[in-house]
Amino acid sequence: MIRAAGEHGLIVETGALEVSHRLDALLRDDRPRGVVDIVPGPETVLVVAPGADQARLRATLERLAARAESAAAGAAESGAPDLVRIPVVYDGEDLDAVAELAGLSPDEVVARHTGRDLVVGWLGFAPGFAYLTGLDPALRVPRLGTPRTSVPAGSVAVAGPYSAVYPSASPGGWRLLGHTSLRVWDVTADPPSPFRPGTRVRFERA
Amino acid sequence: MSGALAPGASRVIEVLAPGPYATVQDLGRPGLAHLGVPGSGAADAAALRLANRLVGNPEGLAGIELTFGGARLAFHAGAWVAVTGAGCPLSAVPPAGDASGTAASGTAASGTAASGTAASGEGASGRDASGGARWRAPAAGVGVPFWVPAGTELRFGTPVWGLRSYLAVRGGVAVEPVLGSRSTDSLSGLGPEPLRAGTLLPMGPVTGLEPIVADVAPPRGPRPAVLRVLPGPRDDWFAPGALAELCAEPYTVSQDSNRVGVRLGGRELARAREGELPSEGMVAGALQVPPSGQPIVFLADHPPTGGYPVIAVLVTADLPVAAQLRPGDQVRFTTHRVG
Repeated sequence: MIRAAGEHGLIVETGALEVSHRLDALLRDDRPRGVVDIVPGPETVLVVAPGADQARLRATLERLAARAESAAAGAAESGAPDLVRIPVVYDGEDLDAVAELAGLSPDEVVARHTGRDLVVGWLGFAPGFAYLTGLDPALRVPRLGTPRTSVPAGSVAVAGPYSAVYPSASPGGWRLLGHTSLRVWDVTADPPSPFRPGTRVRFERA
Repeated sequence: MSGALAPGASRVIEVLAPGPYATVQDLGRPGLAHLGVPGSGAADAAALRLANRLVGNPEGLAGIELTFGGARLAFHAGAWVAVTGAGCPLSAVPPAGDASGTAASGTAASGTAASGTAASGEGASGRDASGGARWRAPAAGVGVPFWVPAGTELRFGTPVWGLRSYLAVRGGVAVEPVLGSRSTDSLSGLGPEPLRAGTLLPMGPVTGLEPIVADVAPPRGPRPAVLRVLPGPRDDWFAPGALAELCAEPYTVSQDSNRVGVRLGGRELARAREGELPSEGMVAGALQVPPSGQPIVFLADHPPTGGYPVIAVLVTADLPVAAQLRPGDQVRFTTHRVG
């Protein structure tokens, strides 16, 4: 289903993150004329196209959404997705607390955090802040009751079903496992972030 | 162009006072929402575009966005400028010790035509370049290009209508761009700091620009605050009749409105479903409804994604109207259907 968001926005309901990623990839490979922004979310992709013929764009999106959905049956995407390796020093203030909440030792927390590839679901909250999906369910812990007023850039954190690297210093309520020296947000770089929806991410002990 | 001055050294505008809140704005950072970057840019983009056209700039050059006037700007070099958006009384004060000039002022609706030199591009700069030339009161007013001689202090009063005024300067404000834009993004902190006393704003080069052809643009003036909305994308998250509720009575603009959004108080919009929407992309002009049931109209610095349902989205042409709403204003909604 496609919903109008004002005169220039169309929200395609994908129902699943993988389908959003596939539709995003299809749209970026062959961007319809007039499209300015493509914003994937967990169950949707927003397409903003001020210059486009809305009826024609809607038809194109219907066709691409059907393709993205059928590809979900199993076929791998064309082209290997990016893999970003993130070296982490696991010295975070909340590492012990997360271990306790998870009923694990701090070493086991690190092993589970580095033990599988995560996937960038979408970006939001702040520029370059990627919600990393696929976290080991044992590491699902609630946010802090009281957010910190400032979390340093490069902090590696978990909250709920997600992990993240803070791209710049900001307030934050996620639990800090450690930090990385890898810059994940650089406004002088093109692109400014190594992440985009669908990027695979592997944390590694530094 | 300023032969008597050190090259490039003084082609600056010095902020003596920013007023309640002032920033540099161009047309923002579209195309980066998937990286979590707000679109940003002038809240009333139509007004910035007009100001740029009035001084012969491309529409997307950076200018100054004032909130509720009140700014004082010192021009270290002469420049063509235009002010649009919320109609401020403007006055120009000669350099200290210059006895030859007198303060000139114009008001929002004065429509004072620029002097005949407007059409001649940099024609007035010769006077400036000579350094010791007589200061002549500029025909300062809203919606007209006018020449501000070197040393002049431009003062903005409180707008007689609206909230945000725009100053475009020929050549643009040439602060360092970030991710392709010179806009201050008040949500994410990208771009230059908001203006404060002492901020120096370099002016961009004027070579190669179109000549200034406009004499005067009709001031937009106050409009009845009726905002047209298109229902959706999540009107089905609300109780039947919620759209009718939205349009039934005026809402009052709240004090904590800003460049992110216009917060409104009025009839509560009841939900048909509980819980949070999975985070999804948001557009400018969206009426997002948090659990309080009081809608927020998203402006330029809105977050690119959000988890509260959007009951309706403003018609694009009404976004500038929303950007000019002041705290305390009453605003009405009406549904609009495109054919």
